[in-house]
Amino acid sequence: MPVTLSGVTLTQGGRTILQDAGFAIHDCEFVGVLGPNGAGKTTLMRAILGLLRPQRGSIAVFGRPAERGNPAIGYMPQVRSAPAGLRLRGWDVVAGAASGYRFGLPGISAADRREVAWALDIVDASALAARPLGELSGGERQRLLLAQALLGRPQLLLLDEPLASLDPRHQHGVVALVRELQQRLKLAVLFSAHDLNPVLGALDRVLYLGGGQAALGTVDEVVTGPVLSRLYGAAIDVARVDGRIFVMAGAHTVGCAHEHG
Amino acid sequence: MLHYGFMANAFAAAAIVSVLAGLTGYFLVLRGQTFAGHALSHVGFSGATGAVLFGVAPLWGLLLMTLAGGVAMGLLGERLAHRDVAIGIVLSLSLGLGMLFLHFFTAYASQATALLFGNVLGVTAQTVWTLLALALLSLAALALIGRPLLFASVQPELAEAKGVNLRRLGVAFLAIVALATAACVQIVGVLLVFALMVGPAATAQQLTARIGRGLLLAAGLALAEAWGGLVLAFYTDWPASFWITALSGAAYLLASLTRLRWRAVKPLRPPV
Ligand SMILES: Nc1ncnc2c1ncn2[C@@H]1O[C@H](COP(=O)(O)OP(=O)(O)O)[C@@H](O)[C@H]1O
Ligand SMILES: [Mg+2]
Repeated sequence: MPVTLSGVTLTQGGRTILQDAGFAIHDCEFVGVLGPNGAGKTTLMRAILGLLRPQRGSIAVFGRPAERGNPAIGYMPQVRSAPAGLRLRGWDVVAGAASGYRFGLPGISAADRREVAWALDIVDASALAARPLGELSGGERQRLLLAQALLGRPQLLLLDEPLASLDPRHQHGVVALVRELQQRLKLAVLFSAHDLNPVLGALDRVLYLGGGQAALGTVDEVVTGPVLSRLYGAAIDVARVDGRIFVMAGAHTVGCAHEHG
Repeated sequence: MLHYGFMANAFAAAAIVSVLAGLTGYFLVLRGQTFAGHALSHVGFSGATGAVLFGVAPLWGLLLMTLAGGVAMGLLGERLAHRDVAIGIVLSLSLGLGMLFLHFFTAYASQATALLFGNVLGVTAQTVWTLLALALLSLAALALIGRPLLFASVQPELAEAKGVNLRRLGVAFLAIVALATAACVQIVGVLLVFALMVGPAATAQQLTARIGRGLLLAAGLALAEAWGGLVLAFYTDWPASFWITALSGAAYLLASLTRLRWRAVKPLRPPV
């Protein structure tokens, strides 16, 4: 089982992200992690990576306790500010993660070099990698970072808001690429987003976070008025229009009009 | 020129220090910590003059203070961000204290200029050996942490998840910067460390997007600027520190202009 939480209580900065939560992510499944900003999507991923210990309960990754530096996990952190390496060539940045934790001179072994070539090739970013990161569009940069997350052939991908700051066309491209890779490489994927609609077509299940609780299930099971109302502790309506889903609290949409932050 | 002993010493010292400064500076620029080099040299000034007061060679006092400052900055880390006023006060206090220490030793009046603006032509053979030992130590440490440092500098969150200890790495790096700063002060003085440590590295990052080439270029530029400064100082009798800062500034300016021209010729997509 890629990820299993049992009885987990997780707090961050004085806020309770999860309270006695338990759920499991299955092999080869694409799970959308949803919830408004501050719901704890990033915190949950950091806990799965072993960067943060739960106050109570346990988190297991492929049957073993969550631990820092687990090679079975590929990670793409949320981009909070302009990355430091904008001047650097894409290839250099991607390759920096191959054995990047190991002491020694900067530089990369022949085996790692082949691994980087494989990862770039599989996301069709080999040509992009020759250019400095700062010259790439947001979508192109995400493709390179996705290649980087695939280094070492992980079986679980944690992608933290890969759609943030992309226009709809590029959002669609990233979602389609991740879905294709997930099926081809038989990966379990946790894909966080604060809007459901761009990922709707690719999802196997959704994990909604809010109010210290988590609700995991298919879209039809979870994205309903009663479940979300319970999660957010407020009256929530869900409307489906033309294959898109709108989550509304009173008169305001929660799930769609979240463009800020 | 080289058969003058003092010039031979100056060239040797400049070579050792500039290579160290160029390589260390590359990481400093990449990490956006260029201010650290500047701050550490100021903190070092009170140490250097304090050492003079106690009859110890200034280099040792300098080293002690820059190392203490570097480790403290590394440990405080994020908590130092947005504390510009507090940092500025500590730095000016350190310079002021340094001047006070010098005041007690009027015989050492020229020490002030030497420490503030460098006196590379006064470097002794013994200092050259000390600098060599310092540089070898720093470069060995840098070689050891080079790969994780690069990773952590560009992608800290990812590096942390892969098992890199960001805090320990940050402290170790600032300790190396402290040693490099103390070495730089011997050449260009407390106030002009930026010229050797940051100038060539920033120029290199303008000129190449490749890390390997960037490191080599940073070291090469620093060496060329330091030696060029010495040669020009020898023939013009103007201070070497002036020439080194002038070359460093000119190289950066030229590199920026070249980049702008490239941009004009080859329009870039906006980085979204
Ligand atoms: N490093 C931190 N220190 C203190 N509080 C934090 C830190 N990171 C996140 N938080 C808090 O934890 C909560 C969850 O944040 P986060 O996991 O980033 O949410 P999301 O990724 O869903 O936007 C927020 O209330 C945020 O303010
Ligand atoms: Mg987040």
